Amino acid sequence: MAQANQTASMNTAPFPTRFAYARSEDQGAGREAHHPVVVIGAGPVGLALAIDLGQRGIPVVVLDDADRIGDGSRAICFAKKTLEIFDRLGVGKPMLERGITWNVGRVFHRDAELYAFDLLPETGHGMPAFINLPQFTVEAILVAKAKATPGVDLRWKNRVVGIDATSSGASVDIETPDGLYRINADYVVACDGARSPTRALMGLDFAGRVFEDRFLIADVRMIANTPTERWFWFDPPFHGGKSALLHRQPDDIWRIDLQLGWDADPEHEKRPEIVGPRIARMLGHDRFALEWVSIYTFQCRRLEQFCHGRVLFAGDAAHQVSPFGARGANSGIQDAENLAWKLAAVVKGDAKAALLSSYDVERGQAADENILNSSRATDFIAPRHAGAKRYREAVLNLAVDMPFARRMLNSGRLSTPTSYDTGLSTPDIDSWTTATRPGSPMPDAPVVRAGGESDFFLAMLPATACLVVFGPAPETPDDLAVLRVGTDIVDCEGLLAKRLDATPGSAFLLRPDHHLAARWRHPIHDQILAALDRLRGKA
Amino acid sequence: MSALPTENRFADPDAAYAAIVDAHEGLSEAESAAFDARLVLILANVIGDLAILRAAIEAARKR
Ligand SMILES: Cc1cc2nc3c(=O)[nH]c(=O)nc-3n(C[C@H](O)[C@H](O)[C@H](O)COP(=O)(O)OP(=O)(O)OC[C@H]3O[C@@H](n4cnc5c(N)ncnc54)[C@H](O)[C@@H]3O)c2cc1C
Repeated sequence: MAQANQTASMNTAPFPTRFAYARSEDQGAGREAHHPVVVIGAGPVGLALAIDLGQRGIPVVVLDDADRIGDGSRAICFAKKTLEIFDRLGVGKPMLERGITWNVGRVFHRDAELYAFDLLPETGHGMPAFINLPQFTVEAILVAKAKATPGVDLRWKNRVVGIDATSSGASVDIETPDGLYRINADYVVACDGARSPTRALMGLDFAGRVFEDRFLIADVRMIANTPTERWFWFDPPFHGGKSALLHRQPDDIWRIDLQLGWDADPEHEKRPEIVGPRIARMLGHDRFALEWVSIYTFQCRRLEQFCHGRVLFAGDAAHQVSPFGARGANSGIQDAENLAWKLAAVVKGDAKAALLSSYDVERGQAADENILNSSRATDFIAPRHAGAKRYREAVLNLAVDMPFARRMLNSGRLSTPTSYDTGLSTPDIDSWTTATRPGSPMPDAPVVRAGGESDFFLAMLPATACLVVFGPAPETPDDLAVLRVGTDIVDCEGLLAKRLDATPGSAFLLRPDHHLAARWRHPIHDQILAALDRLRGKA
Repeated sequence: MSALPTENRFADPDAAYAAIVDAHEGLSEAESAAFDARLVLILANVIGDLAILRAAIEAARKR
């Protein structure tokens, strides 16, 4: 996908980032060990999946070919839904503590500011729209959590070199410093990144588009009092005819993206004596140090199917997007959350294997949405023909004072969760006024806990299916968690009822991933049972 | 596909045509194209209907 070039290393994270290979008891055991789930790849997606499965009581082996966290310039923007998932997994707090919060973006054309936008204009949410935190810190926090999660077996310097899938499982061949060994699994999840060796070993096609442009991605260290906002320039005086992005990271590190054009020579552009002056022109000074420099060509591609029998694909292995919109890691972590509860239910025998096909449907829909948004943004930033260039110029020109044109101006549509069109949802029978609908992620709201402490609604939800009821609770099955608004939590500002259009007697059936499965004004027991059956893939 | 009105809707169609053409007076090829792009975007927003917009694009492309 990309050629990255290390010009300096940066490893300020207090979490360990290098790990030792250790021989596992599966090696040289004389027989092939069997595991319910094997995850290939300890990137953000594989790690989040392993932690989630471990917390659901499913033992999982994670194989990674490296023995360290890959540093360099990759993801920095982690979105609200991802932070909510991290919070459920128990790592929301360290992420928020280490990250820096931002909600505001500004767009400039030539030397003038065109407009500013606020990604989270309303209050009453536990998580910000985004934090900026380098991917290697996110991974380091996830590794620490995975190691502390019972049932998660992380194996470094375990490179997958072969896979043999059957209708009842898969065998995985692994290369280690001690030689080859083989393990068997009921399910294998390939989270092995955009170049996915698993995908290649299975001969699967990864189809899509390459954007014919090159981008310089640099992380620089400097002291600056520019606010924590996303600044995007079209055709700035310091980088004529191209685009530029400046975004703050923690610890006085700044991310810079500069469009170079398709004709740029990556080897030449990576040289410090070329990069340095380019960035000095942008910043207006040379009081900075280069931490990392990479040149990327971006692509948008996906696997047609994410489920191939007992081998499932998640994250960049399943789909790849250009980074405008921060939809890569954010969508991959939502793949992990979508898959974890389903795979756990199937492995435990609580649901039929057919439930997994909803993973393909729902996350396939999300991948299409992310690819569409990322492609449109990339096409706007790097227009492909004269007509496109002319219309972009017209939009930039009109955006100065015409609000409609600001809505067309596209410097990246930042990651938001997908509302699933899915067979797991129960169609509405009552009428509702909200944009939230069955399949949508639940909105957040401030609440007060039974003990009197302030908290947020999403943080109160269990990791299982749950019925949220306003007013008297209907009769429910014993194994269904119930959260009573007014008793278990108080809707202190009335925002929860408002955001859900809830009235006394309303009930909302939530999925384990906190998307809405069903809602009623006055449910009866049978309706709840039928909706639960649907949610478990039995209907 | 949404029905595209193709009957005349102007009280004075000659004036409408002249207004558009006159706006290009004295513009270079490039300026004229840039002007049209701005005008198309403004008009598209006034229409505010993706189905009609697509029908109009289709009608213009077919010729
Ligand atoms: C410049 C840039 C900026 C970005 N910015 C953002 C952003 O702001 N926000 C965002 O959400 N996303 C962003 N992304 C995308 C993000 O980096 C990826 O989507 C994310 O890393 C995908 O995670 P993953 O776990 O699927 O794969 P990866 O992070 O690629 O992890 C795959 C893992 O699999 C391991 N592996 C590979 N082969 C094998 C094998 N044979 N055996 C065992 N293990 C193997 C690798 O060592 C690696 O640890 C950006 C990407 C780039 C390039």
